[in-house]
Amino acid sequence: MLKRKNILDSQDLSIEEIEEIISLAQDIIKQPQEYADLCKGKLLATLFYEPSTRTRLSFEAAMLRLGGQVIGFSDSSSSSVKKGESLADTIQTVSCYADIIAMRHPNEGAPKYVANISKIPIINAGDGGHQHPTQTLADLLTIREARGSFEKLKIGVCGDLKFGRTVHSLIKTMSRYEGVEFVLISPKELKIPSYIKEQVLDKNEIKYMEVEKLEDVMEELDILYMTRVQKERFFNEADYVRLKDSYILDRNKLEKSKSNLAILHPLPRVNEISEDIDNDSRAWYFKQAKFGMYMRMALILKVLGVK
Amino acid sequence: MLSINSIKNGIVIDHIKAGTGFSIFKYLGLNNVNYPVALIINAKSKRYGQKDMIKIENSINLDYGVLGFIDPQITINVIENEKIKEKVNLRLPNNVEGIIECKNPRCITANERNPKHKFELIDEEQGKYKCQYCEQVYSWEK
Repeated sequence: MLKRKNILDSQDLSIEEIEEIISLAQDIIKQPQEYADLCKGKLLATLFYEPSTRTRLSFEAAMLRLGGQVIGFSDSSSSSVKKGESLADTIQTVSCYADIIAMRHPNEGAPKYVANISKIPIINAGDGGHQHPTQTLADLLTIREARGSFEKLKIGVCGDLKFGRTVHSLIKTMSRYEGVEFVLISPKELKIPSYIKEQVLDKNEIKYMEVEKLEDVMEELDILYMTRVQKERFFNEADYVRLKDSYILDRNKLEKSKSNLAILHPLPRVNEISEDIDNDSRAWYFKQAKFGMYMRMALILKVLGVK
Repeated sequence: MLSINSIKNGIVIDHIKAGTGFSIFKYLGLNNVNYPVALIINAKSKRYGQKDMIKIENSINLDYGVLGFIDPQITINVIENEKIKEKVNLRLPNNVEGIIECKNPRCITANERNPKHKFELIDEEQGKYKCQYCEQVYSWEK
């Protein structure tokens, strides 16, 4: 039962609940007109304490397409934070006005903290380098559409695995499916946090390996989840120069891959996926952005108890 | 050997890791009580070589969870009529609130005024806790 539930961590959704959301999203894709007024009179507050284009617009588009309305702010400088208001007070106030909150915050665990204060459901739209559960919903629908199943997949996650919240959420969720393996591709500075290795991968006896170069594992992967590697994350220039091209997916590297590989990326992209593969059938990242909106529509309907 | 009278009714906190008795003594507020208490430091111990001990001549309620977190090798003897009525072996508590602080500078607890630092035991053998907000792992050091 998702009604009035907070969605703070990708683990907050059971496998059954994920299936319910996927089915609903697939139905919305088939017959969007049936859903166009279901949230009439409902208000979503998008509280974005950190800049975001896509996630915020995706949430807002989702609510508007359901016939609901949206209030909020898109960075903390235009909110009362600038006047020194605490996060707790902002949430208490906003929960008097709206029916549901989608919040992005630079501090890790902020959504969990405010969930105890809010009178209305909180959806985590990204908290620091921690979690991004609704991006995972977009990823899941993409994987389902691309591969038909979540089981027995070899998933490569590439790039910034240390601060990449989308990767953390995805690994946590996909670890619950039978026969899933991970290939963790990153420079040593940006390896996956130990809590993910110990508490998720080791604890659930999930097979994984850590490698530094994408080209070494390309041919083995069923799913490739690309993320951006930022130069400022490296401790020294020499390592950046040595490894930067390893995290750029181009036609050359793609040649070695399986023909039914699905390439995902939470976006925005900078240069880590060469634009000349955008039209390749293996490129799913723009469809993924669209699926994200449908999954958010489905999630809003479930959490508000409309469907 | 230093001699301190046995107590009639009260509590003996035994096998405290040598050197940490004073901080436990202060943590329990025993420096501000009006009943007899004794802090013994560097007593001989068969098990550990040296140990600290606290004897309290009063029946008080102790937060065993917190003591277990500070030092799980501690044993507690509850004394009634000069006899040990109960021996309590401590263990790491499942939840720890407001004792340790999350070291992750990006954690909400480091940036907002009110959230209490809350940790959950995830691995008793290795003494590992995770922050309930950001999931940063904290290792309790023996």
